[in-house]
Amino acid sequence: MTQPTPTLRLVDADPLERLSRTLEALLVVASTPLAVDELADAADEDEARVEAALHLVGERYSEGRSGIVLEEVAGGFAFRASRAEAQACARLVERPVERGLSQAAVETLAIVAYLGPCTRPDVARIRGVAADTVVAGLVERGLVAEAGREPGLGGAVRYRTTELFERVFGLDGLSELPRLDDLGDGPAEIRARLDAVAEHRPA
Amino acid sequence: MLDLDLDTFEGPFDLLLTLILKEELRLAEVDVADIIQSFSSRLVGQKRLDLEACGEFLVLVGAMLEIKARELFPEAGADLADLTPEEAAEELAERLEAYRRMKSAAAWLSERLESESDRYFRLGPAPLAPPKPELQIARQDPAGLAGALRALAVEPPDVSLAHMHLHFPPVARFLERFRSLLRRRRRFGFEDEIQGLSRLEQASAFLALLELCKLSELRIEQQAPFGSIGVLRPDVERSLA
Repeated sequence: MTQPTPTLRLVDADPLERLSRTLEALLVVASTPLAVDELADAADEDEARVEAALHLVGERYSEGRSGIVLEEVAGGFAFRASRAEAQACARLVERPVERGLSQAAVETLAIVAYLGPCTRPDVARIRGVAADTVVAGLVERGLVAEAGREPGLGGAVRYRTTELFERVFGLDGLSELPRLDDLGDGPAEIRARLDAVAEHRPA
Repeated sequence: MLDLDLDTFEGPFDLLLTLILKEELRLAEVDVADIIQSFSSRLVGQKRLDLEACGEFLVLVGAMLEIKARELFPEAGADLADLTPEEAAEELAERLEAYRRMKSAAAWLSERLESESDRYFRLGPAPLAPPKPELQIARQDPAGLAGALRALAVEPPDVSLAHMHLHFPPVARFLERFRSLLRRRRRFGFEDEIQGLSRLEQASAFLALLELCKLSELRIEQQAPFGSIGVLRPDVERSLA
C-alpha cells in the first residue's frame, strides 16, 4: 500500500474541510436552494459549523475563481454558473421562465411580490384590467403559486411569489425588494403636478 | 395629449383631471362617454397603438366612472355616501399613486431581470427525499392493553351539579351588620363576627369588609399575614393590638 502524501493527510484531518466537501456534494445534487438547517440535517452537523464550512465553500466557488459559484439566494444556498460563463450556458440552455415576460406580467409580478398573498381581484383593482390570464401565465412559469384562499365560503384564491421568482431575480428574499415608499410619488405630488400642468396651459 | 370638446369642458384631458381634483368642475356634469369617444377617434387617426397611453387612459376613466357613479347614487351604501368631493378627489389621486408605484416596482423588476440575465442555474423538479425510517413500535403486552381498556370502560362518575344550587348570601347583609357594629363600637375583630358562619357566608362577609374599606367607612389592620383582622372606625388612631 502506498502512503498518502503528507498534504493530503493534513486536508483530510481538518474536520471543517471535510464538512465543506459534504456541503458541496449536497449542493450539487439539490435542484433548489438549501437553507442552513436543511444542510445541517443532511450533513448531520450543527448549524454553526455548517455556516463556517459554507464560508470555505463560498471562497472556493466564487466569481473569477471557478466556473461554479456559490450564492445565497431565495433564503438558502445554491450553486449557479459563473457570470463569465453565461454565453456558453446560453448556447446550451435557454431561460424559459423569464423569456418574453410582458409588461402586464411584470406589473402583476410586482403587485404579487409586494402585496402577496393577494387575489386576482386585488391585482385587477390596482391595474384596472382583469388579471386572470396574466396570473395563470405566471403560475405556469412557476413564478407565482397559489397560497390558500380568502377567509369565508368561496373566498378567492390567493397568490404569492415562489422561490423560483427569487432565484430568477437574484433575490435572497422579498425583503431585498426596494421599499414601496421609495418608488413613485405620493398623492400630494401627483396633485401638485396636475396643478402645475393646469397653470401652464391656457384654460 | 388628448384634447376634449365637451358640453361642459374644452381643453386637454389632464386639465380636466386637474379641474376635477381642484373641485372646479363637478364630475357628475362631465360626459364620460364623450371623453371616450374623443379618445377612440384620436386612436383611429394613429398608425401605431400606444398601449402605455391606452392603459393609463383606461385606469383614469375607470376611476372617474367609479367616482361619478358614487356621486350619482349617493344612497348606495352609507360609507360611499359619506364620500365628499374632497375625499373622492383624494381617492382618484391615491389610485393613480398606487398604480404608479406598482409600475415603478415593475420597472425595477424589469431592470433587475436585465442585470441578472447572465445567471444560469439548474432547474428541475425537487429531488425526492429518502423515506423516513419507520418508527419501531415497542413490544406490546395484550394483558396491559386489556387493562388499559378496562380502565377506560369504567362508568364515569356522575357530574356533580351541586355548584348550581349554591346560594350566595347577599353581601348587603354584612354591609349593614358591619356599619351598625361600628356605630356602636370603635373596633371589632373580624374573626369574632364570622365565627360559626359557613364558608360562603364568611366569603360574603369578607367582600363586605373590602367594600366598606374601599368606601373609607372603616379601616382594616392585620399585624401579620394570616393574623387576626381588626376592624376600626376610620377616625380611630391605629392601635398596636
